[in-house]
Parts: sequence; C-alpha cells; structure tokens
Amino acid sequence: MNLLSKYGDQLVDAFIMTIKLTVLSAIGALIIGTIIAAMRVSPIPVARAIATAYVTVFRNTPLTLIILFTSFGLYQTMGVALAPDDSPTFLADNNFRLAILGLSVYTASFVAESLRSGINTVPVGQAEAGRSLGMTFTQNITIVVLPQAFRAVIGPLGSVLIALTKNTTIASVIGVAEASLLMKTMIENEAAIFAVGGLFALGFVILTLPTGLLFGYLSKRLAVK
Amino acid sequence: MSNAVAVLYDVPGPKAKARYRVLSGVVLLISLGIAFLIYLALDSKGQLTAAKWEPFVTSSTWTTYLLPGIQGTLVAAALSIVFALVLGAILGIGRLSEHRAVRAVSGVFVELFRAVPVLILMIFLYAVYAEYEVFKVRYLALAAVVTGLTLYNGSVIAEIVRAGVNSLPKGQTEAASALGMRKGQVMRIVLLPQAVTAMLPAIISQMVVALKDSALGYLIGYVEVVRAGQQVGAFYGNYLPSLIIVAVIMIVINSLLTKLATVVEGRMRQKKRKTGGTVVPAQDFGGGPAGAA
Repeated sequence: MNLLSKYGDQLVDAFIMTIKLTVLSAIGALIIGTIIAAMRVSPIPVARAIATAYVTVFRNTPLTLIILFTSFGLYQTMGVALAPDDSPTFLADNNFRLAILGLSVYTASFVAESLRSGINTVPVGQAEAGRSLGMTFTQNITIVVLPQAFRAVIGPLGSVLIALTKNTTIASVIGVAEASLLMKTMIENEAAIFAVGGLFALGFVILTLPTGLLFGYLSKRLAVK
Repeated sequence: MSNAVAVLYDVPGPKAKARYRVLSGVVLLISLGIAFLIYLALDSKGQLTAAKWEPFVTSSTWTTYLLPGIQGTLVAAALSIVFALVLGAILGIGRLSEHRAVRAVSGVFVELFRAVPVLILMIFLYAVYAEYEVFKVRYLALAAVVTGLTLYNGSVIAEIVRAGVNSLPKGQTEAASALGMRKGQVMRIVLLPQAVTAMLPAIISQMVVALKDSALGYLIGYVEVVRAGQQVGAFYGNYLPSLIIVAVIMIVINSLLTKLATVVEGRMRQKKRKTGGTVVPAQDFGGGPAGAA
C-alpha cells in the first residue's frame, strides 16, 4: 500500500506510456505489414523478393537490437531525429518516436506473416470468381480477398498485439519511461522486491488479458462462415 | 504456397508478362534509388570507410568480443530450451490431468507467465537472486536470463504439448487403456512420444524465440551477442557497422533454425501420409516467435 501511495502517479504515467507505445506501434505495424503482405502475394517478382527479404530480416533480428539500432544507428550516427530539436523535451520525444519506429518495423513482419496465412485461408473459388468478373489483381485483393483475410486473422493479430504490448518493455533500452524502466528504479530504491514484481505482473495481466478475450470474441463473431 | 497465391491473378499472357516486367523494373529502380540514398547518407557520415569495418577482419575483435558474445547467447538459449522442454512437458501434462486442482494450478501458471513480459520477469528475478544471494555474482545475469526464458518458453511449450496430445486420435488412449496400461503409462509410452514428434517443428521455432529473447539479457547486463556488438562499437567507435554485423549473425543462425523447422515439418508431413497421425505446422505457433522479442 505504501508503494501505491508513493509511486501511484508514476505508475499510472509509466503504464500510460506503455499503452501509448502499444497503440501507436500497432497502427504503424498494421500499415507496414499490410503493404508487405500485399507485396508478398503480388504478381511482380521483385516486389515479392523485397517483401520476403523484409520479413526474413526483421523476424530474425532481436527486438533489442532493432531498438538499439534506431538510437545508436539512426539518431547518433546518422543524425536522423524524429522530433524538432529545439523543443525542451527533445530527447524524450525523439526516443519515444524512435522506439515506435523500431517496434512498428519489427511487428510489421509478424503482421505480414499472419495476413499472408489469412490470404491462404480465403477459398480459391473467391479469387477465381473475382478474376472471372474481370477484376485486376489490385481490385481482387482489395475488394474480395483482403477483407476476408482480415476477418480470418483477427485471432492471430490479437496474439501479435499482445506480444507487442509485452515487447514495449524493451523501449527502456533507449530510455523511454515505460513500465519496465520504472520497475528497475523501484527495485533499486525499495526493499519490497516481491511487492514491486507483483505490482508490475498484475499491471501486464490487466493489460493483456482483456485484449486476448476481446480478440477471441471478435474472431468468433467476425469469422467468415 | 505458390498455388494458393497464384490464384490471385491469371497466368500472365504476353501482354501481362511485359507489364510485370516493366513493373518489376520500376520497383527495382525505386529500391535501388532508396539503396543509393542510404549509401550516400552512410558515406557522408563516413560509415563506409575501411577503418569502420576493418575491426571485423581482425581476429582480436572476434576473440575478445563477438565470439564470447555468441557463446553467451547460445549458452543462455540452449539452457533455457532444455529447461523449458522439461517444464513444458510437466505443465502440459498438468493441464491435461484428470484432477481439477492440478489442471487449475498448471493453468494459472501457464497463463501468468505468458502474460508477463519476459523482461519484467528477468529484472525481477535478477533482483531476487541478488537480494537472497542465490547464485554467485558472476552468474546472476545468466541465471536471471535462463530462468526468465525458461518460465516463458516453458509455458508456451506446455500449450504446444497440450495441443499435440489433444490432436491425437482418441483411439490411441482407448487402445492403450484396453491393453491394461495405467494413465501414467498411456501418457508416457503412447501419447507423449507422438505428441512431441508432431510438435517438433513448433518446438524448433520456439528455439528461435529463445535465441532472440536471450538478447533481453542486454538490459540486465548479461554479455550476449548484442551487448558484445555494442562493446565493439564503443571500442572502435563504429556502432552502426557493429550492430549490422550482429544483426547478420543473428539472422543467419535464426534462418538456419527456421529452415530446419520447415524441413522437419515437410518430412513429417510426408511420413504422415503413410502412417496417419498429425503434424502441427510451426506457423500455428507463430504467436510464439511474435510471443516476445
């Protein structure tokens, strides 16, 4: 109880940061992932090759490395800054956005893989019917295939989202003030290790459990029958 | 895959072929353009000079930093996988138990450790081990990494085992019981070996997860390959090249493992056609690889 009164505000801030990272990266990952998935099934060989390379590279690289790369590589070495550098909160903003970039790019490879497997679940006849109506590849995929594929992969996308929520903890490696960073501070300053551990475990259970249930419900509700 | 995908567009005729070639060219030009811009940017920051890359052809860089780093990664991953397999088998069987209490305990355990981020677990375990002096100081970080990965991957493997046993035809249990086997024997002699075989591809992909996740050790000071790369960068002032080299190392190792999983899966699918039984594709647990870093 002592911990709560002492760290209450900081805890709320840290978990809000975790949620912000999750939501923004999820949007980014969904956009990039959809494009990559579409490229992977497109009739253009070069586009397919690039998309495959993307998935191979980002799925097999540890997220820690990718996030470090955004900071050490993009910002410190290449001077790419994602926030106006005259603002007083430049460092925090820049790290926050770099973390979102890293998380999006990494998660996109999993979104793309889920979507591709979703595309494979759409019955062959659907696409054939689209083609026989004279639809082009773009029409076929945007009007017929992708809407059904999305509904088929709601379950897997939920798992990806939960994984992303947990992965945001790694943003602490470049100093983003989310849950795991606060946990480190609290463990250093407080004697009650188990209480601190329990508190953060509970926080993540509260974040991820409803997400899992919601996506489970949605995937049943929206399943293509 | 190619069949399912090729259905999205007609087999190209001469006109379409020409159009695809043009589009291919356009995409290629755009990507080459982007690559060239990246090249220019890297060049202007002096990242392409021999001095930045030379350390990677000197053996001392490898013997001092990278090889110990790779060793750290492999040791942590190997230990975690072995322990996770044991834990996963126990929990998986626990969740299938006839006793409600056993089912409930294993269920809570599995759900809890799948919900909590591995990093949070590691930070917590590190603090606990340090506080209660469970391990020698120099093994603290390794112990925290291995325990964290074991708990997480063990829970995932428990679900894999459960799915594997559930996927077996019911007649297997019935036949074994009819032969007079006890429940333990049915599980040990009949069900588990088949489940594990069916789950081999998924288990191999889980190894990729453990390998990648060992990089989380970076945040609690464990010396693995990413930390080693960072040290190279700090020593030679070539962060970007070092991180790229580390990425290449990880991508090569992980791709090989993924390849192995696919090959095993394919083999077993062929066998399955002859003998019956089930193979659960590695991809179904893709949630696994996404499961954590």
